[in-house]
Parts: sequence; C-alpha cells; structure tokens
Amino acid sequence: MLIKTPAKFTLKASDITDESVYLQRRQLVKSMGFLGAGALLGSAISNKAKAGFFDSKDSDTASFKTTALNFKADKENLSLIKTPEQKVISHNNFYEFGAQKNQPAELSQNFKVNPWQLTISGECDNPITLDYDDLTTMFALEERIYRLRCVEAWSMVVPWIGFSLADLLKKVAPNSSAKYVLFETLYDPEQMPGQSNRRLGGGIAYPYVEGLRIDEAMNPLTLMSVGLYGKTLPPQNGAPIRLVVPWKYGFKSIKSIVSIKLVREKPQTTWNKLAANEYGFYANVNPAHDHPRWSQASERRITSGGLFVKNRIETLPFNGYGEQVAHMYKNMDLSKYY
Amino acid sequence: MHFTTSNKVLLLKVTIHLAAFLPLLSLYYFAFNDQLGADPVQEVIHFTGIGAFNLLLVTLTVSPIAKRFKLGYFLQVRRLLGLYTFSYAFMHLLNFLVFDLQLAWSLFFNEIVKRPYITIGMIAFVFLTTLAVTSLNSLKRKMGKSWQRLHNYSYFIAILVSIHFYWSVKSEIISPLFYMLLTIVLLAFRYKKIKGLILSIFVKKITSK
Repeated sequence: MLIKTPAKFTLKASDITDESVYLQRRQLVKSMGFLGAGALLGSAISNKAKAGFFDSKDSDTASFKTTALNFKADKENLSLIKTPEQKVISHNNFYEFGAQKNQPAELSQNFKVNPWQLTISGECDNPITLDYDDLTTMFALEERIYRLRCVEAWSMVVPWIGFSLADLLKKVAPNSSAKYVLFETLYDPEQMPGQSNRRLGGGIAYPYVEGLRIDEAMNPLTLMSVGLYGKTLPPQNGAPIRLVVPWKYGFKSIKSIVSIKLVREKPQTTWNKLAANEYGFYANVNPAHDHPRWSQASERRITSGGLFVKNRIETLPFNGYGEQVAHMYKNMDLSKYY
Repeated sequence: MHFTTSNKVLLLKVTIHLAAFLPLLSLYYFAFNDQLGADPVQEVIHFTGIGAFNLLLVTLTVSPIAKRFKLGYFLQVRRLLGLYTFSYAFMHLLNFLVFDLQLAWSLFFNEIVKRPYITIGMIAFVFLTTLAVTSLNSLKRKMGKSWQRLHNYSYFIAILVSIHFYWSVKSEIISPLFYMLLTIVLLAFRYKKIKGLILSIFVKKITSK
C-alpha cells in the first residue's frame, strides 16, 4: 500500500481562500490599523458584523483583466512548491502603487498597459521599440518556476512566463562599449499614485531605475517576464513586462519597464542611491552578508497555511542558483560588493 | 439620564476592554485561518506593534484630559490602558519570536544584540514589564513614593518606542515621524514635571560626588 505523506507546504483545497473573503479581511485589518484604541471600537465592531456576509462592498473598482498565454511549461522545477497565486498577486512591493504590501493590488486595477512602448537603446547597433503586442509575440514564451527572495527576508516560488533578456539584447546587437544595462519603470503620476504622494510612495525617488552588468543581463537565467500562473501579469506584479533576476534580491527585478539602455558606466540605482550601506548594486542573495537591520541567513517562505506553518528555511547563496551564476563573481569580494 | 462616577468609570472600562480585546481576538482568528493577507506573520507583528504604541499614547493622554476638563475619574482607567499596552507589546514580541523566527532562540538573542531598533524595543519592553508588574495595588502601597518615580518611566518608554518605529522602516518615514510628533506633544504637557525629573537626576549625581 502506498502511503503518501503530504509535504509541509502542500496545498489543500481548504487552504484556498475565495478572493472576496480575502480582500474583506484586508479591509478589516486596515480599518483597525492606525487608529487609537478609543476609535478602534466603532470600526472594529461594524467591520466584524460586515465580515460575516461576504458582500462585494468593493466591487466598484473594476478588476484588471489578464489573458491566458501560450508557453512551454517548465518541467524541470516541478518539485518546488509554488506560492499560491492569490498570495503572489496580493503581496507586492511596488511602491508606485503604495508602500504597503496589500496596496499595489488595491490601487493598480485601472492601470493601462495597452498601448505600451518599451525602448531598447544606447550602446547598440539596432535600437528598437516594442509595442504591447510585441511583448508576448516577438519571442517564444516559456515558463520558469523560480524562487524569489526579498531583501526583507521573505520569499516565494513563482511560475513566471517570459523570455530570456539575452534574446532581446541580441536583437539590438550591443557594441563593445555596452558594459551595463539600465532599466527604467514607467513614470506616470496620474496612474501611479505613489509617484505623486510621498506617503503612499514610501519616499523613494521616481522613476524607479535598476541596473545589471552586461554579463548578468546575458545570463540565461535572467528573464523578461510578461506573465505568471499561465496568464499575463497583473499590474501589481509589474504588467506588462518586468525583469526577473532570481539570484538577486527582489528589488533588482524592476517592474513595468519602459526603457532598457545599454550604457558604459555602472548606473545609479534607486535603492542603492537611497541607502548604499543597506542595498548594494549587486544585491546577490547572500546568507553570509546581513542587511544592517536584519539577518539574511534565513527566510520565511510565503506558502499556504496560517500563523503556525513552519516556513522558516535557510537562505542559499545566490538563492540556490550558484551553479549557474557564481562564476560571474569568482574574483570579487562579495562582502564588499554586496 | 444621570450616571454616578463609578458608573462612568465602569462604562469607560467596558469600552476599553471591547476596543482593545476584540481586535486582538479577530486578528488571531483570521491569522490562524490564513485569511489575513499573504503574510499573516508580518500582519500580526505590525498590528500588535502599532496597537501597543497607540495604547501607550492613549494612556499618556488620560491625565492631560483629566486635568483640562476636570474629569478626575478618568485617572481610574489609566492602569487598565497601561496593562493593555503591555499586553499588546508582549504579543508583538511573542509574534516575532514564535511566528517570525519560529523559536530560533540563538537568532532571537543575536538580533536583540545586533540590531539597534530591536535592542531599543527590547529595552522599552523590559521597562513596560516592570511597570505592569508593579501595577498591583498592594505593591503600589508598599513602594510609596518610589512607585510614582518608577512609573514616570512611561515617558522614557514612549521616546524609545518612537525611535524603535522610526528605525524599523525602510523608507516610509512619514508615519513614524507623525507618531514621534504625537509623543513630543504628549510629553510637552508634562514639560515642568519632566524638567524636574531631569534636574533631580543631575542634582543627585552632583550631591553624591
């Protein structure tokens, strides 16, 4: 007889929460959040009463429409236990739509991704501009199930869909002066409330910019993602196109990109400019190098299950992708170039 | 309708119990059932942390209000508010240790020593615990004058907690600055008292030399 012991993170049907219930809870917690104890009474009780009925109070905000994609499935990483889709699309660091984790999903649903223009320019022979349809049709799409490690010491496993950045860069033919690649997020304060409201936007400089060394950009793992969980990206995850660099902390994986530029000098990147001692340019996942305010030796994997799920795991050097990327840093002191 | 003072105090206390205890109850109900956002751990840590700070500030608002509006009976709910402040702070710490670090004790002690914002939060918690323990009436009577001196440390705790909050954020500093401002305003009501406390420390140092 075969006895199956479910893995710690295995998702049961009962673990899947209906989205409306999910958002309702968020609402409840939010209303309790920043109030004085006195003011807590009214809102907590009225919300408690409401929470019983899963009425769609927030249905006035239209939800963003994603569409199914054609792609080659990832058959190699099936042993990784994926973070539930609902969690992947509701727990986001995308300060353009609010610095709280739940805000991007709430404040981005009217974001317009079509028309879109992505310009690839700089030190190259054939600069090009892609429009919205090009993003999903120019290259054969493939699924890549990657670990995502946030600098804040939580992590996820996400089934991305996209194509290699290397394929895109080969199209523009970088010249010999192209030493780094500079990425820029859309700047549109009308649509991205965090860019016009300092409190919402978390006090970082906009537009968000990130960068890679050219060899990092050309590494086969480096992905331009246009979708996740079989569908196009929702705005909170960086629609219509974002970078995914799985061996680096999440903030390197810039979202909603409008410009990719091949440049000669190492670019000034957003978090690095804000606090260079906390966020390095390389930002390779490194359990031996702590963030000044927290340990990076372990992480909490976001999975299904409530408070008591045992999900703290050891963090791996290069987030477990050392075999594919460590050679790029072999003569570098990683405690200095963090 | 006429309320006697003891009725008013009772009403206030019931209100405080409902306002402070019910949110905790629903918080953990949803967190245990994974209905509190994608990361319930972060949620319970932040909620109890900011809740403790809110309650501390409410506690510090009691005596200025009692004085200004001549509502002496207000002072009778201060202990209850203080004990809820402690309870929230205790849950905040417990959430960090049990749900975030998942009882990795060596990491826990390391973090307390290594991370200034955690160190300062821990110091505040130790003081809060002292105040909670000495809130028993019997101890209060025994301690006499030194009781008031000890409980004046609540001002110091408020300052520590506002720094703890400020140092803990990545870049969104407006909320912690707002809380810092509230703390300063509440301490400003006690300007003379705090000045006296600081002076008394100095005088003692000089005379003991």
